[in-house]
Amino acid sequence: IQSLTKAYAATPTNLKIIDLYVVFAVATALVQVVYMGIVGSFPFNSFLSGVLSCIGTAVLGVCLRIQVNKDNKEFKDLPPERAFADFVLCNLVLHLVIMNFLG
Amino acid sequence: AAMAWRLPPLAVLLLLVAAAVAPLSSAVRPVSDAHRSVAAELFAASPDDLETTYEAVRTFKMLGVQRDKGLDGKACKLAAHTLSSSSSPAKDLFQAVQIAGVLGCSVDAGVYDDVASRLKAVIKDTDSLLEFYYSVGGLLSLKEQGHSVVLSDADSTFHAIKALSQSDGRWRYDTNSAESSTFAAGIALEALAGVVSLSDAEVDPSMIGVVKNDIVKLFGTIKSYDDGTFYFDEKYVDGSEYKGPITTSASVVRGVTSFANVVSGKLNIPGEKILGLAKFFLGIGLPGSAKDCFNQIESLSLLENNRIFVPLILSLPSKVLSLTSKDQLKVEVTTVFGSAAPPLRVNLVQVLGSDSKIITTDSKELQFDLDNNVHYLDITPLKIDVGKYSLVFEITLQDSEHETVYTTGGRNTESVVVTGLIKVDKAEIGISENDAGSAESVEKLDLLKDTKVSLSANHLQKLRLSFQLSTPLGRTFKPHQVFLKLKHESKVEHLFVVPGSARQFKIVLDFLGLVEKFYYLSGTYDLELSVGDASMVCRHIHNSTVLFGLALLIILCLLQENSFLRALGQLELDLPEAPEKAPRPPAQAVDPLAKFRPQKEIEHIFRVPEKRPLQEVSLAFTGLTLLPFIGFLIGLMRLGVNLKNFPSLPGPAAFASLFHAGIAAVLLLYVLFWVKLDLFTTLKYLSFLGVFLVFVGHRTLSHLSNTTAKQKTA
Repeated sequence: IQSLTKAYAATPTNLKIIDLYVVFAVATALVQVVYMGIVGSFPFNSFLSGVLSCIGTAVLGVCLRIQVNKDNKEFKDLPPERAFADFVLCNLVLHLVIMNFLG
Repeated sequence: AAMAWRLPPLAVLLLLVAAAVAPLSSAVRPVSDAHRSVAAELFAASPDDLETTYEAVRTFKMLGVQRDKGLDGKACKLAAHTLSSSSSPAKDLFQAVQIAGVLGCSVDAGVYDDVASRLKAVIKDTDSLLEFYYSVGGLLSLKEQGHSVVLSDADSTFHAIKALSQSDGRWRYDTNSAESSTFAAGIALEALAGVVSLSDAEVDPSMIGVVKNDIVKLFGTIKSYDDGTFYFDEKYVDGSEYKGPITTSASVVRGVTSFANVVSGKLNIPGEKILGLAKFFLGIGLPGSAKDCFNQIESLSLLENNRIFVPLILSLPSKVLSLTSKDQLKVEVTTVFGSAAPPLRVNLVQVLGSDSKIITTDSKELQFDLDNNVHYLDITPLKIDVGKYSLVFEITLQDSEHETVYTTGGRNTESVVVTGLIKVDKAEIGISENDAGSAESVEKLDLLKDTKVSLSANHLQKLRLSFQLSTPLGRTFKPHQVFLKLKHESKVEHLFVVPGSARQFKIVLDFLGLVEKFYYLSGTYDLELSVGDASMVCRHIHNSTVLFGLALLIILCLLQENSFLRALGQLELDLPEAPEKAPRPPAQAVDPLAKFRPQKEIEHIFRVPEKRPLQEVSLAFTGLTLLPFIGFLIGLMRLGVNLKNFPSLPGPAAFASLFHAGIAAVLLLYVLFWVKLDLFTTLKYLSFLGVFLVFVGHRTLSHLSNTTAKQKTA
């Protein structure tokens, strides 16, 4: 565990920010699931839309992290700004769909 | 002398076809006391306005009804006041002059001279059809009351009115209005006739010829029903201007008859159309409103003595003929007001049955009763049976000169109902065993007497009822309804149709199969037989003389010309016990009016709404959801997030902030979308913002990447 923590501290700040973002998204999703567990899934569409928005944005965050990571051989030539632009665009589309489904 | 038909052959053929296809015709009767009493009712309230007074006074004059002296005095006062007032329009002057003329009110001669000069001034100045009409009409009425009135320069007035005519025979109201109407045509013709009467010199005959042509064109727009009724109606039906067929047709009749009265030579209008118009006005029956009554009576009185064709109406005083009392077929041919017609012959040429089957075709002449002015015929030799028939009559005038004066319509169709005593023969009722065909206890019923039978049966037996119905002529009769009704003591009823064959009516009730239908109810059942048909009617119901005939009515109805309901007797029926699952008989309405009282309230069952969590729980969790976000912000701070890479130069800085602003705007749009907007509006705004964002973002990010590349290389 300790070696993991040490290695993690070495990651660049950029990636840490993205990691933090992903953790935040997943945590929000968990809170919603717990809520649904308590009160029942009456407006099921709302529940789905909430959870999926969190999961979706987490996934997009992971994609961004992969693309931005300099150690990643596959995406060496991809400028991080381009990756960020993709991230922003996909998030906007995701949230449009989510809002529509929210009801 | 040879009888030359004035109607062209095609019209005769059409009439024949119409008579064959439409066996029922409207029951028109000439103007009678019924019309007079209705007119008295409609005009009973003493009117305050001039127009209703005018209509009332004229109607009573034409009907020959004496009015209350007090009402006449009030009318005279109203008329005199209108005539002396200097601000009365031409319409009021016209109506007041007419009222004064009819009632013989005493008005100063000076007032009349003043009115005459005012009306003449209106004629000189106006170009509106209605103004022409009222002023010419007023002057004409003054002339008829004995004052000397002459219209100088009648030709130009004639031209001015004629100028408003249209090519289809209709007229416009003035030079400015574009639409023409048939009502206006009637008014124009009456005004033109008035001009011709009032002029000192003869009006240009060629103009009169043109107007005669216009009349022919106007009659080309006439409408008709299948039974030979003709009427005029307006082309356009819009809102307040629409006058309806009665008013429009009355206007045309007024115009055409008055024009025919003043010109020499005949107008080229076929007699059937004049007769059709007369039938239309008589077909109204007893009118419902005062205006309709006035229009009807005035049109009919003008048609009574017009110079084109005088219509002669064929009508039947009674449409129900009874074979039992050996009724004669009576036909009246009169003018529209009920006056005697010229000598003529009426022939019954055809009798058509209910499905247009031809019964007889030999023509029989009806004999004429001079004292009662009625044509009659004995129908017994025709051997017509009970039922509904269409009779086709043909009228021929005896004097050939009258054919240019009167119109009879050639063939007329009227429908009658012939009733008679329907004899019930060979009536038998009895109980028989299930298997055997022979009846055990058969009783002969005499349905004319009041005997009642008493039968008893169990569920293994059958009830048989048979009888024959025959008409006075001995043929078998098949009425529309023959029912046998069984009524239990608990008021449960069962109805059975008695099927009829060519020879007899017979019904067999097999109780074994009916046990369930009868709800397993044993006990006493009342038996009733009911026989009915449209042609089994009491004669006096169709007459309007029910007032004296009430006792006669009862007697004649008891003679069973009428449909009957006869109690046959009683049946003791023994049915097995009802099993548990048997259907219960429906609850008999103790009070048949109960279903019209307030009913039980209906409880609707709604879907149970979903259980919602308590508000506190929801709020708590909303807060909990925000918790990770706060954690995120704290984490960011701990990581030392900064905005160092934010471009410092003003150009790129603007783009960068616009980029962030753009993203914020899109997110705000999404919130609005959730709260208020719909998808399409959102997409519209999103497309604008998206384009903007792409542009700005591209600039920002490319600037950023350039900066990073420069940092790397540097």
